[in-house]
Amino acid sequence: MSIEQKNDFAKSDYMGAKSTLCTGCGHDTVTTNIINAYFQSGVNPYSVAKLSGIGCSSKTPTYFLNLSHGFNSLHGRMAPMAVGVGCANKNLNIIGISGDGDSASIGLGGFIHTVRRNLPMVYIIENNGVYGLTKGQFSATADQEAVLKSGEINPYSSVDLCALSLEAGCGFVARSFSGDAKQLVPLIDAAIRYKGTAVIDVISPCVTFNNHDGSTKSYNYVKEHKHALQELGFIQPQEEIIVDYEEGEVIEVRLHDDSILTLKKLDANYDFRDLNQAHQILKQNQKAHEIVTGLIYLNDNKQNLHESLSLNEKALRDLTDEDLCPSQEVLDKITDEFS
Amino acid sequence: MKTINDFSITIGTINGSGSQSSNNILVRTLFHMGLPVSGKNLFPSNIAGLPTWFTIRISAEGHLSRKDENDIVIGMNADSLIKDQNSTKKSGVFIYNIDLKVPLFKQRDDILCIPIPFKQIVNEVSDSIKLKKLLTNMIYVGVISQLLGIDIDVLHKTIQKNFSDKPQVIDINVKAINAGWEYAEKNLDYKTFPYKVKFIENANDNKILIDGNTASAIGLLFGGCSFMSWYPITPSSSVAEMFHAYSNKYRKTTDGKNNFAIVQAEDELAAISMVIGAGWTGARAVTPTSGPGLSLMAEAAGLSYFAEVPAVIWDVQRVGPSTGLPTRTMQGDLLAAYHLSHGDTKHIVLLPANPNECYEFGKTSLDLAERLQTLVVVLSDLDLGMNYWISDRFQKSQEALDRGKVYREDDLIDHPEFARYQDVDGDGIPYRTLPGTYHPKAAYFTRGTGHDERALYSEDNENFRKLMNRLAKKHETAKKYVPQPIVQGQGAIGLIAYGSSHPAVEDLQNILLKEGNATSYMRIRALPLVEEIKHFITKNDITYVIEQNRDAQLMRVLLAEWPELHAKVKSITQYDGLPLAANYLYGQFKELNS
Repeated sequence: MSIEQKNDFAKSDYMGAKSTLCTGCGHDTVTTNIINAYFQSGVNPYSVAKLSGIGCSSKTPTYFLNLSHGFNSLHGRMAPMAVGVGCANKNLNIIGISGDGDSASIGLGGFIHTVRRNLPMVYIIENNGVYGLTKGQFSATADQEAVLKSGEINPYSSVDLCALSLEAGCGFVARSFSGDAKQLVPLIDAAIRYKGTAVIDVISPCVTFNNHDGSTKSYNYVKEHKHALQELGFIQPQEEIIVDYEEGEVIEVRLHDDSILTLKKLDANYDFRDLNQAHQILKQNQKAHEIVTGLIYLNDNKQNLHESLSLNEKALRDLTDEDLCPSQEVLDKITDEFS
Repeated sequence: MKTINDFSITIGTINGSGSQSSNNILVRTLFHMGLPVSGKNLFPSNIAGLPTWFTIRISAEGHLSRKDENDIVIGMNADSLIKDQNSTKKSGVFIYNIDLKVPLFKQRDDILCIPIPFKQIVNEVSDSIKLKKLLTNMIYVGVISQLLGIDIDVLHKTIQKNFSDKPQVIDINVKAINAGWEYAEKNLDYKTFPYKVKFIENANDNKILIDGNTASAIGLLFGGCSFMSWYPITPSSSVAEMFHAYSNKYRKTTDGKNNFAIVQAEDELAAISMVIGAGWTGARAVTPTSGPGLSLMAEAAGLSYFAEVPAVIWDVQRVGPSTGLPTRTMQGDLLAAYHLSHGDTKHIVLLPANPNECYEFGKTSLDLAERLQTLVVVLSDLDLGMNYWISDRFQKSQEALDRGKVYREDDLIDHPEFARYQDVDGDGIPYRTLPGTYHPKAAYFTRGTGHDERALYSEDNENFRKLMNRLAKKHETAKKYVPQPIVQGQGAIGLIAYGSSHPAVEDLQNILLKEGNATSYMRIRALPLVEEIKHFITKNDITYVIEQNRDAQLMRVLLAEWPELHAKVKSITQYDGLPLAANYLYGQFKELNS
């Protein structure tokens, strides 16, 4: 992994194809923030590998960094793919985009083990399933005892990817909101520079479940009028939700479905190097049904995967026959043991 | 009359009792005397306590498949003592531990029974209770060595070599073996013992005795594997462990850095995903596994095929379905491997038959994966992977590693119109660039969804059909790159086999020849099947397809390819988990011809 401060790239070099996501999707706002962060950081786009799994969030790597190689892989497998990529060329700057389904359900194993290994990469979860944002279904990140408008109660405890990251020894844990450029861009910029797995759980509103009671596209409405299920395909274009609030401030954000999300920005007194405090604040916020945002934990003295594997400076992909294949003398020495 | 250099020895012990070193020393001593020899472990899925057997075959003529008759049996386990005596062939020898308390045990009178007081002998060797258990195993090596006429100097040298990394244990082991030897010398009748070994001078000088998994690890080291991910599973774990050990020794930079990465994955889903990530990035990447792992890798196998990313799965097959018989051998994964994944998929499958091919296919599999930009599955099996086989010494390939069609920065200056999935050369194989290529035209977006020549998302029906046809064409192209079949012998009767069946089929060929039935034997070494196989079957009166699975999996592939050959092939299968035996094949052959 190497950051090259080359500014002979224009901002357009960091952009990508036109998004095919719903208008107003939080993921598109994240994409914009990624473009800005990579442009500002001056990372050479040729040195970046963009990886994703499957899902709405996993489509987004086509929408940024057009000059970088990308791999839209398998549902839940972005993280182990990234391990292979990072080992094969340690000089790449890896960004992995994942969703709550990809990382908290089908790919939970890959997520936690990649964090454990501390592969240098920016790991962004575009989390649109939390706190009732996709009221169509409960996701693994939904609050326990959250109530659907249908009255169904989530009986299962929720998966908090930030808390899990801390448990797994992650040295860079952050949470943010898609529309908070002021917070998210610097977080991504810091993640790019971090020499291990940098996890950013980004709450990213979904417009598909346009779910206020008066809407004919609401989950309840469609459930009661099953013949109209096709109508789920009709997506009302929405405005992207943008927020701007100060450190230490608590704001309420009205989402597309009129539900309210409470964001609390960590203040300057919060010591993000204190692991106990990090655990504590996540627990407190879970109880208070608030979403704490900001850099929750940072420890830049952790051994990363490249170091654990004692990788040569020369990338594995660049090794020549001479580097890879020992001599006939060595082969004879090895086979002598079996003679 | 004595039988010289042509018999089998089976030793029944308790799993975890430390008999492995003793058996290894015995089989290697025979090897060092120039004898053609093989050694097979028949072990349970258990860490300690259950019966386990080690079977050695010596054959001056070089027939080294498992013999289903036991000439000499050594019974060291009370739980299997009666069964072990019963498995001794008529007029064979049963040597057993007299201290075992088995009330219903009665000596057979149609065999030579030799009771040995192991407790008494070992008491004179050591006072340590812990050591006594281990040393008892060395004593039977001493006893049988004396009776067979093994050269004691060769035996001592073998012990020294075996324990060269633990010199402090050499003396006590030599002492135990000598105690067994001396007991036999004083108390048993060497002259009437019906089986003997004689030196065959220099016969094994250029040979090695090695298991297929170690050979595979060496092959992957010399074949340029730079990334390995794996999840522990019997019987493939030693491929990764040996590769790790050799890489630590021989794949380091002068300042101690690694020119390799090995990651023990959280599961096989991750293991194959890591390999695909590494292959996409340009490393030579392999994941060793066995049947259950292969099943878990199915989705990713389709991605490798469809997105055209080099990957190698090294499947050391065991008995399935499900957990099956995890420590027994089978060729049951052929169909699963060939078509692994959903949708239309066809992979390259390599079928090594001996340690030398395990070694060679290390390079071959990676070369093919990079040349063809696709998944290659190597199908070894437990018999080949974990048992001792005589092999020629390995030679370093004179061919450079084949890194396939990759455009680097300089190439893109000449090919500014790079399109990832364009069939530039008409062989179905496109060109690729690697992430981290510093050129404005290099980047493309890899995906498991439908894509056009420029790798852009596409659901266009015409485009999709074109893509699938190109992949089929690439599979045709593969035929000229894969290891070609090998034919031995001439005759109107054909035999087809693959993998670890080889020694038993050679034995069968010999038995049939002695009866006046000349056979022509073709050993298939890869899928896709090449035209030569069709010609072979067509010219024979009849061809027997021999496999170690119930459903005649290779024959199904053959008949799917060439249905017109239906009347020209018959199937012989074995699927009980034991290494294939020639007598069994002969019985099946006779039955089909009666």
